[in-house]
Amino acid sequence: MNRARLVRIIGTYGVLIALAALILFGFLRYDRFLSFYNVMSLLRYNSMFALVALGMCFVIMTGGIDLSVGSVAALGSVASALASPYGIVPGLAAGIGAGLAAGLINATLVTRANLMPFIATLATMQAASGSALLLAGNQTVSVSYESGFTAIGQGNFWTFPIPAAIAVVAYLIGSLVLNYTGTGRAVLAIGGGEDASRLMGLRTDRVKFLVYVASGGLAGLAGVILASQFGAGQPIEGVGWELFAIAAVVVGGTLLTGGSGSVVTTLAGVLLLGILFNVLNFENGMGWISLSAYWQSVIRGLFLLVVVLLQARLTRRRLNAL
Amino acid sequence: MTRPPDGPSPLLLDMRDIQKRFAGIPALADASLCVRSGEVHALIGQNGAGKSTLIKVLTGYHRKDAGQVLFEGEPFEVHSPHQAQVNGISTIYQEINLVPLRSVTENICLGREQRRYGLLDWNAMHAEAERLLSRFAIGIDVRRPLGEFNTATQQMVAIARAIGFSARLVIMDEPTSSLDEREVGVLFSVIHQLKAEGVSVIFVSHKLDELYEVCDQVTIMRDGRTVRTAAMKEIGKLELVAAMLGRDVAAVEGHATAFGERDRSRIADVMFSARGLGAGQAVRNVSFDLRRGEIAGFAGLLGAGRTETARLVFGADRPSSGQMTMEGAAYHPDRPADAIAAGMGFCTEDRKGEGIVPEMTVAENLTLALLPKISRNGVLDDSRQREIVERFIRELGIKCSGPNQKVRELSGGNQQKVLLARWLAMNPKLLILDEPTRGIDVGAKGEIQRLIRRLADQGLGVLMISSELEEVIEGADRIFVLRDGVSVTELEAEAANEEKVLTAMAHGTSASSGATT
Ligand SMILES: Nc1ncnc2c1ncn2[C@@H]1O[C@H](COP(=O)(O)OP(=O)(O)O)[C@@H](O)[C@H]1O
Ligand SMILES: [Mg+2]
Repeated sequence: MNRARLVRIIGTYGVLIALAALILFGFLRYDRFLSFYNVMSLLRYNSMFALVALGMCFVIMTGGIDLSVGSVAALGSVASALASPYGIVPGLAAGIGAGLAAGLINATLVTRANLMPFIATLATMQAASGSALLLAGNQTVSVSYESGFTAIGQGNFWTFPIPAAIAVVAYLIGSLVLNYTGTGRAVLAIGGGEDASRLMGLRTDRVKFLVYVASGGLAGLAGVILASQFGAGQPIEGVGWELFAIAAVVVGGTLLTGGSGSVVTTLAGVLLLGILFNVLNFENGMGWISLSAYWQSVIRGLFLLVVVLLQARLTRRRLNAL
Repeated sequence: MTRPPDGPSPLLLDMRDIQKRFAGIPALADASLCVRSGEVHALIGQNGAGKSTLIKVLTGYHRKDAGQVLFEGEPFEVHSPHQAQVNGISTIYQEINLVPLRSVTENICLGREQRRYGLLDWNAMHAEAERLLSRFAIGIDVRRPLGEFNTATQQMVAIARAIGFSARLVIMDEPTSSLDEREVGVLFSVIHQLKAEGVSVIFVSHKLDELYEVCDQVTIMRDGRTVRTAAMKEIGKLELVAAMLGRDVAAVEGHATAFGERDRSRIADVMFSARGLGAGQAVRNVSFDLRRGEIAGFAGLLGAGRTETARLVFGADRPSSGQMTMEGAAYHPDRPADAIAAGMGFCTEDRKGEGIVPEMTVAENLTLALLPKISRNGVLDDSRQREIVERFIRELGIKCSGPNQKVRELSGGNQQKVLLARWLAMNPKLLILDEPTRGIDVGAKGEIQRLIRRLADQGLGVLMISSELEEVIEGADRIFVLRDGVSVTELEAEAANEEKVLTAMAHGTSASSGATT
């Protein structure tokens, strides 16, 4: 087997091996790690991040970035909380709609105004955050418990958390789109060479437009789950979500520079990071070390940095091997 | 409507008085191009004449400033390459425009995917890619990323992609510059097939012999204008060159290259030598000597291991066997920096990918490797930089609007000169040139060849890899022929001729390789 191939395989499947190792570690070290309760609440909680990471994955594969996902999710949570008294569907529509609107702005700025994605989505991040605070009147917005809205975040499908089921469906669709539609392949082609793709006759602007809109919509949906799960629209949530999403995508073997990636391993990346932070909690609970929330935050940041650095190195190898 | 049996077929494409400016500078001024149905039409001109720009205007990549385009008799206004493709124009752009990270299949099928139940049918697409490539006698794993294959294969993939769209007009902008003779032969047979199917082809090439083989008609451009259109069989090679350069026929007669007379007395002692170099399959047993003031030419077919050998010498890859000495001392470069420290420079064949930084200016590109030397306490010494840059622009005759022009806007020949200047500014003793005149027009090519000769006369040792026989035979003082990773023959320039070199390239075996393997 040649080196290029080996590097590619490690880049793609390394995350699955790491995930298996981490689960084994947790299982051996903590009694209740694989308990039904822990597993289900882990899935329930991380479903929001999974949705945001899915959108991020598509954006990154085109060679772009979406920094606005965190505050768009916050905006979505507020919008859906405000609409929650009218029922599940209005709640969903308001949250997703707010996300789509933000995505539309990103898409327009990137494809029509030709702004760099980093700048465009940074601006949207500010604007979405401000809008969320305005809408919420500077405080959390309680959701209605009568309308059934809370089922989206708290309910179960048999015994499986509904938000996790939503995430699974979203990933199935995402994987199908990426691997079995022309648009999906165009996403990767654009990331691998935008000018080349345009000369090949691909409608690059249209595809990029779609990707940013989708990312916004998924962030909005994550916001709905956030509001529904914690019983309130939270205008100041979402800080650092973009970093988590980027890291999950990158851990999943998707090239930060675009052009190569996978939806399924992105999900594995989300689980890996989610479980890792779960392990940190368990470690705290064991009493050996005692980490404040601040320290945990520092550790997470450092960890994400290491992951991105490692992947940057792997990427260089991979591009050199070509 | 009737027309005489031998009369011209109807006009497929009629581009009239096209004008295009970039930042106020005209790239096209009154360019015209008419192509008939089922015709193979050569488009030639020096680098920078505007051929690629004219093509990109046609395909909607650039928007024209003035002029009119008729396609199949109708006004043709497209605003994106996508629209051009939909309207029956399929294009292979000069810069191979594919996506190296994606699979061969995707590169061939993107934009006309095959579907089943609305979803991509990968099996059908792989089969389609294989079928198209088999027309070019290429059997590769189409599931692998395109970037894993060499430039020639990538070029063939680009051609296969363009052929795959059932187009009325196929445009090929310098498709043969990275192909070897066999591959060119295959391409020509495909062009003949296209012609038989009534498809028109616009064919851009610097290799004049090729034009006579496949083209019916020729349009010659100079400085953004169309200067002549003629039937291929009615115009001689010399006339073509003269029209491209805007000179008299008499002035271009004589040598095929411009290296000029060599002065053997200047060649001194052996500076660099390699014995039994090997690395993997590409380089198996290469030995050669390079003297001060000498141009050593590496001849061989594509894949003979010439570039790979050069990379070993330059420390870009590590040899698994063999020895090298530089100026009498053992030489084991671990990385290019070691080679540079030993006094070597390397202009790679992939100018765009590994050499120039297109978005940077001439001055920046030229002094990139020199920055530590012209900085004081980490701060760039502007006046020294300007002095060096201006000297090289003058000495090498780099045509640019000034040191601050972006290199992207220069012609290929001038980009090559910038690259050469970058290495020369480091005062090297040994310069490796990999295909120094590839994709460069006749005029600039001559300038570069004269420059190489002048450098050797000044005492530089030059290792020149070239796929153009004339260049090696007329330019080099000593020729090493490589075949399948083995240096099979060494010829003194005086003893070399085309036949000997070709024979060695095709069947050469050497005593030394027999002894060691
Ligand atoms: N994108 C661009 N921006 C600015 N100048 C350009 C651009 N593309 C081409 N040019 C200029 O237009 C002229 C024609 O170039 P080109 O069409 O590439 O010539 P050819 O293909 O005949 O070698 C050159 O002087 C070149 O520098
Ligand atoms: Mg050109």
